Amino acid sequence: MDPEPLEVRHAVREAINTLSSSRDGVQISEVLGTIKCYLGGTENQAPLKEREEFTQLHFSAFLRSLVSNLSADWMELLTSDQQKELWDSFFLEGPADQAFLVLLDSIISTGPGFRLMKLISILEQFLQLGGMSALMWEVCHQQAQAGSPTFQETLLNKVVCLPDHLCNKLQGNNLPVFFPQNYFPLLATEIIQVLQRICDSLRGGLDCSVSFVSQVLGKVCMHGRQREILNKLVPCLVELTEADCVWQRVCWRLVERVPDRWMEAAVCGFVQTAPGADVLSRLLGNLVVKNKKAQFVLTQKLLLLQYGCETAVLQSLLGYLALDGLRRSLLIKVLRELLETWGSSSAVKHSPVEQQLHISKAILICLALLKEPEIENNGQELLASMMGGMKCHLDSSLPRVRRLGMVVAESISSRITTDGPRLQFQYEDDDETRELKFLLKQPAPLQPTVRRHDSPSATPKAVSKPSGSPHPGVSALPEERSDSELDSDDDLIPYDMSEDKELKKMKAPVYIRDCIEVLTGSEDLDMWEATMRVLESLIRRNSATVREVSTELVKVLLHLEEKTPLDGFAELRQRALVAVTTTDPVPVTQYLTSQFYSLNYSLRQRMDILDVLALAAQELSQPQVSGKTKPCSAQHPCPQALPATGSSQDWRRAVDERIKSKTRYLAKGRCLAEPACGPNRFSSLAGHFFFPLLQGFDRPLVTFDLLGADHLVLGRLAHTLAALMHFAVRSVAATAMGKALLEFVWALRFHTDAYVRQGLLSAVSSTLLSVPSERLLADMTDEFLETQSWLADVAEKDPDGDCRRLACHNLLLMENLLKKL
Amino acid sequence: IAGMALPPPDPQFVLRGTSAEVNTLHFYCGGQEPNYPILFSGSSNGLIHIWNLKTRRVDTILDGHEGKSVYCVKAIYGKDRLLSKSQGRNQKICLWDLAEGRNTVTDSIFTENVGFCKCSLLKVAQQCWLLAVPGKDLDEVQILELPTKTSVCTLKPEVDAKPGMPMCLKLWQPDFGSCPFLLAGYEDGSVILWNLSGGKMLSRLACHQEPVMSLDFDSEKTKGISGSSEKMLSVWSLDEQQNLKIQKMHKLVNAGIADVTIRQDKKILATAGWDHRIRIFGWKKLKPLAMLDYHTATVHCVSFSDHSRPSERLLAAGSKDHRISIWSIYNQT
Repeated sequence: MDPEPLEVRHAVREAINTLSSSRDGVQISEVLGTIKCYLGGTENQAPLKEREEFTQLHFSAFLRSLVSNLSADWMELLTSDQQKELWDSFFLEGPADQAFLVLLDSIISTGPGFRLMKLISILEQFLQLGGMSALMWEVCHQQAQAGSPTFQETLLNKVVCLPDHLCNKLQGNNLPVFFPQNYFPLLATEIIQVLQRICDSLRGGLDCSVSFVSQVLGKVCMHGRQREILNKLVPCLVELTEADCVWQRVCWRLVERVPDRWMEAAVCGFVQTAPGADVLSRLLGNLVVKNKKAQFVLTQKLLLLQYGCETAVLQSLLGYLALDGLRRSLLIKVLRELLETWGSSSAVKHSPVEQQLHISKAILICLALLKEPEIENNGQELLASMMGGMKCHLDSSLPRVRRLGMVVAESISSRITTDGPRLQFQYEDDDETRELKFLLKQPAPLQPTVRRHDSPSATPKAVSKPSGSPHPGVSALPEERSDSELDSDDDLIPYDMSEDKELKKMKAPVYIRDCIEVLTGSEDLDMWEATMRVLESLIRRNSATVREVSTELVKVLLHLEEKTPLDGFAELRQRALVAVTTTDPVPVTQYLTSQFYSLNYSLRQRMDILDVLALAAQELSQPQVSGKTKPCSAQHPCPQALPATGSSQDWRRAVDERIKSKTRYLAKGRCLAEPACGPNRFSSLAGHFFFPLLQGFDRPLVTFDLLGADHLVLGRLAHTLAALMHFAVRSVAATAMGKALLEFVWALRFHTDAYVRQGLLSAVSSTLLSVPSERLLADMTDEFLETQSWLADVAEKDPDGDCRRLACHNLLLMENLLKKL
Repeated sequence: IAGMALPPPDPQFVLRGTSAEVNTLHFYCGGQEPNYPILFSGSSNGLIHIWNLKTRRVDTILDGHEGKSVYCVKAIYGKDRLLSKSQGRNQKICLWDLAEGRNTVTDSIFTENVGFCKCSLLKVAQQCWLLAVPGKDLDEVQILELPTKTSVCTLKPEVDAKPGMPMCLKLWQPDFGSCPFLLAGYEDGSVILWNLSGGKMLSRLACHQEPVMSLDFDSEKTKGISGSSEKMLSVWSLDEQQNLKIQKMHKLVNAGIADVTIRQDKKILATAGWDHRIRIFGWKKLKPLAMLDYHTATVHCVSFSDHSRPSERLLAAGSKDHRISIWSIYNQT
């Protein structure tokens, strides 16, 4: 038997004994000094073999005994220099992995007191003095010689969960260095240190493993601390990998060696933090090709299953796929899958609009990245999926979905056909469509080798913002002065001159019957136009005459077509129809509601009927101010009314301001305007509007199938019924209407179209608000409860955000109603 | 492009009650409140209304034209004397004494012209005015001196010139005391510059295809503007050699300008349109500034007040729809 090991063991045991029994400061310091020799680094160090034995076998035990003896009076036996020299140094200079484990274990198991404080301060110093990099380096070093897996596992847990442990232990007294927002960035710098050492040793020809660092990184990401660690780590890596192939390889290796179960978190973190496609490509290398899990995350999960990425992230992700020949095949595969989802009618119907937007964006970015030959090779396929997808998008009753479909289809078509006619839709551009179109125009970063020598700092360059004007300052060129006269009228700001149009000389008819004649027979287009312009005011002025011809007039107006382009034709026609309806409600509503369910009308006409009924109901339900009816243009937003013209709102604002400036308030109490009051003319008519509309929705006609393809009209119908219910508040018929409406809702509650469901939910809201609460709970308890359970279901599971929100509102309303009783 | 332009303003207020078409307007802002500023309006039923712009009500109604349309009203010598002219077979020019609450016709002049050309008045000395009125012959313009009523000269185009009837007149002089000039717009669309001292035609410019309905002249910039029954506004200038030259043509949306007036500060001008609209332009470059749409019939006249405080300067427009609209526009300095 070798005497040497015995000697070390003996010395350690003796030391432990002395430490626990002795109360003599001199003796203790002597013993500590002896053991310190085994750590090395001093002038009288022990032989290498003994040192190795001590660090491998006895170090942890010795540290534990140090901790167990730790108390305030024991510590006082040593001077403060000796404390630092002979006590602290064991933890700070000895093998970091063991020291760290002992420290953390002891902290976890120690109650509050002197010992805990001491341990915490040692741990703080340990972190500040680069203990973590020493620790990771040691493990990486050992790994090359196959260290103990359980030991590593424990260590990994402790390293990653340190903030949690300390937070649990210290509660409110936690030190800032242990806060996650400080600890993980520190860990990131330590990781860089370790990687630096690994690079150095690789350069020196020594083998080294990054596995442990990868594990630390993966686990930290898995614990949801991607942002804290990667925000620090990625910029450093970006800088270091820029011109150094060893660093680049180490970095690739770092990501590759992240265990599969943590791969997703780590890769997502990198994708989100990397400031652009080329950087991402440098950091990840061909990971997506090598690692199945990473491939799944990058090509499926982030694109097709989730939709939380920002546009810039999508761009760098897809750009990453495009930057390498090996990965480019994946890009085409991804585009194919994206298009498949985009073109699937079930996806369009059932997935949230936000997800569809996400997929559309991804498609556009892919299209921007593809090169001409690649597009040509897949032209037929692209065309086919465009046609299919366009169809199911245009079928949707949500305008936003339709617009998304149009933009994507236009973009695909513009990429396929480089010359010749392209697909072009008519829609008004909004911020969303502009952003989408901008994505297609963006030049793809196709050169992976471009280096930024001009910017040595690793701070990420801002990814070009997708929104905003692409051509700023084009119109900023000063107009050339044609005149020698330098002064001009520029200080005078012109008013809006858009109303300055040619004056029509045509005499408009002054009798209603003349109007009907003009609208039905006349070939005189000027006359026709003039008639359209005066019709509403004529109707409102001559109510007695209108009553004689009301249904005839409505019939004419309903079938009226725009003979000559006339600005605001739809609105003029609608206003005239509303005017007739309010003037002579009973026969007109009878006619309109019967026509809604009859043959040979276009969907447009049917929707016009609904709009007119809703607007007329609104007008009738509002109190009249001194016998003068307000123009019914949408001053009160109604879900179906034509968009309010800007000028009418300007007008209102100007009037309000003028009234305000001209009004002198003599006393505070008078500033509230007297609310207009008058009988609600709608309450006695509500039934005429409501019930006939509800009658035929389940009876399909040859040309009109509400429950089938014409779900857009069904959605409009639901919204209209909701509006009618809303205006019938406090009317006698409200209870009967509410009951019928809830039954209607019940019959259609599982409709696949989100727009229909939104209408149904509005209908529920207006029922809840319009029907007296005691009637609601007494006469329709069953319907009430059934609706409630349906609402709970919608609020939780509906794919459409608006539906969920409406359902929540309804549930709140119901709760309030129940509380009131 | 910086945002949306503001919608044009609405009238400051509207004067109703003339119960006839308003043909002419004339501000007088010289006196002291509360009776000033006042606005004279002449209407087609032969009445002249004197409006108090503080109370916005009629102070006095003058009836001296036997029901014949009043075409021109000018205040001379403060507000105490008023000159008005009616249209008809026998055009009558009345001089009113309005001092101390009187409203009597002190003098009247009969001319034998049948057109509806407004007259032009120019103060040439203390207590001495020149008045340009269409003369006896169709193409003739007569210059009278007031208050003596003596004829200064008669301006008759040469026989072969044939400009037709004078449609609008503007007397001006480069500086006070110098020889006055007359600018006259004629039926054939031309504008003629007359020298009053010699009674000679100095320059003739064909600026319109149709009769010149109205013109105004800026004697500082020696630049004038005229409107006709067509869609064009034309700006012309007068050079040192007393030649009229077209400077700029501006095409309007609708045809017919009944009146054009440059504001006293030479910053903006207003036109009265047959299309019921008043238009405001910058005078320097004829930049369109505003389209004031209030009237429901032809606007006959526009007039700016010469209030001493620029911020209280108003624009008045009289229309066939019996109303006078008062606007406060571009008067913030």
